[in-house]
Amino acid sequence: MNIVLCIKQVPATTKVDLDPEKGTLKRQGVETAVNPHDLYAMEAALSLRDKVGGKVTVITMGPPQAEDALREILAYGADDAILVTDRAFAGADTWATAVTLAATIKKLPSVDIIICGKQAIDGDTAQVGPELAELLNIPHVCYVSKIIFDTNKRFCIERLTEFGHETVDVISPCLITVSKEIGEYRVQSLRSKLGSKTIDIPQMNCSDIGLDATQVGLDGSFTQVKKVFPPPKRDTGRMLSGRPEDIVDELLKELKIMGVSTSCSN
Amino acid sequence: MLKLIEELCTGCGMCEDICSFGAITMDDGLPVIGDECTLCGACVDECPVSALEIEKLRHEKEDLSQFKGVWVFAENRRGILSPVVNELLNSARGLAKDTGARVSAVLLCEKAEKMVEELWEHGADDIYLLEDKELVNCSDVTIARIISDLAKDKKPEIFIAGASSMGRSMMPRLAARLKTGLTADCTSLSIGVDDNHLYQTRPAFGGNIMATIICPDSRPQMATVRPRVMQKAKRVAGRKGELHTIEKKSIWFNSGINFVSFLESEMEKARVGEVDIVISGGRGMGSPDNFELLYELADLLGGAVGASRGAVDDGWITYPHQVGQTGCTVAPKVYIACGISGAVQHLVGMQGSETIIAINCDEHAPIFNIADIGIVGNCMEIIPLLINQLK
Repeated sequence: MNIVLCIKQVPATTKVDLDPEKGTLKRQGVETAVNPHDLYAMEAALSLRDKVGGKVTVITMGPPQAEDALREILAYGADDAILVTDRAFAGADTWATAVTLAATIKKLPSVDIIICGKQAIDGDTAQVGPELAELLNIPHVCYVSKIIFDTNKRFCIERLTEFGHETVDVISPCLITVSKEIGEYRVQSLRSKLGSKTIDIPQMNCSDIGLDATQVGLDGSFTQVKKVFPPPKRDTGRMLSGRPEDIVDELLKELKIMGVSTSCSN
Repeated sequence: MLKLIEELCTGCGMCEDICSFGAITMDDGLPVIGDECTLCGACVDECPVSALEIEKLRHEKEDLSQFKGVWVFAENRRGILSPVVNELLNSARGLAKDTGARVSAVLLCEKAEKMVEELWEHGADDIYLLEDKELVNCSDVTIARIISDLAKDKKPEIFIAGASSMGRSMMPRLAARLKTGLTADCTSLSIGVDDNHLYQTRPAFGGNIMATIICPDSRPQMATVRPRVMQKAKRVAGRKGELHTIEKKSIWFNSGINFVSFLESEMEKARVGEVDIVISGGRGMGSPDNFELLYELADLLGGAVGASRGAVDDGWITYPHQVGQTGCTVAPKVYIACGISGAVQHLVGMQGSETIIAINCDEHAPIFNIADIGIVGNCMEIIPLLINQLK
């Protein structure tokens, strides 16, 4: 089975400091990591391969340093990797990202399933997966918690919504986005770790995937950031102290002010 | 590309300071833009002399003036509209007032019954309705196909849906099908005074920054809206609009996804994303048995029980209750964090809450930095007292 795993390199934390005087964002370290949700997608991809055979190809669109993220996934046991990189890709919104990934995947030999994390922690949009599926004209299922591949070339997929667990039967090829419920991801094996350092990672640029610079990156995007600003500041909180009984009385008063019904409603 | 207008630049270096990606370095009094630039635009906003600009290619598209009206996706389940629909209608009415447009709701369901009246009375002028048994448990792909065909025909200017599991899966598919932009999980929508575009504001980087996004060259302008943030529409009894029925096409239902079964699981019981009060427990609760107290408190206050990742990973409570980066994002009126230290991964999932109350025995716990009310104390002492008082 040919499994494509799409990942994203993100800032290592989502903590952005604000300059208290100017109210602006302070420059932070530029440490990066694999998007945490993608590690669960990776586990889904690797365990599917371990069960049915085949290979996992991990791809990412990003700057040259995104190669580090690909090597990290190789160290967990992915078979090969492709870095889709070009200055022209900078500033891509989710549509332009999906266009780029779709063009890349179309260059690969037949793909049976594409696996993504449920969202990336920097943008938190969760849009690229379903957009990519539409561009490839294949079905998609989000928030997947379990995958079983059956002999009829179909996937039996369980997903988690706010109402419960839904099980669906999906044709191949398809795209899924994976939630943490798929299970804890493995540790890197020493062998994969050593191997990951030497695997050749081919790079594909805009013309390699057959796109024009106007179709990708900022120019290819439909949306445009008009303004970036810090969120409204929270008022400084107050600490309640004293005897536990007094604290609880005070807390109840506060809850009442907030409009919380503190009389037993049942 | 990010462009520097050298004649205007004073070499103040503010762009270097603000760049979150370390992409700008000052060299000989002028900023040099490196490969790390993601064109986020923070430096453009920051530059006091407007010496930086981002040039974006404008796509010559069809005449945008033919797109009219604000559409709302009337998500529903088992004959009941999702609570977010009233919030969407209220927001849509506000937007329509500014653009002089009509508000329409798209209702796809097995039986509309009372939902039609409810949509009219909460502000819909038009309802596009498809009633069909096949819509029960149909895939998000099918929904996207139906709305895509309808939108290509009717050409709405704006289309919004709730940022539910369904909205966040169906809307990107629909946006890609309509070849237009989509903004996820918006907390505010307004019409630009100068340009009449939809200004879509949303948190990013786990709520640490806010971004206002526009979709200048394509229509409809699409957004998913975070539930429970916008005000609900007031009901006007007896208000009526027009009903338009959608003609079914069987091709919509051939999506490659077939429903097998549904298990009402913990998620429905967890409800952390849909209540006004969330009482969350972390490892500081001491033991899984102590979580019973949180359930009791949640019952008394009419809330739901959440948890930190630590408590979930230790098996004290199931994953659907997890709040934070790899769990749910919640923004209730009141969030009570019990024995949660407040790692950044937890904070990003709950810092949008209106009021945060934290109980923790460690006075240096980071949760107190964002708490409106902090209590340094033992949860197992405070919570039972609180429960007794409430009883």
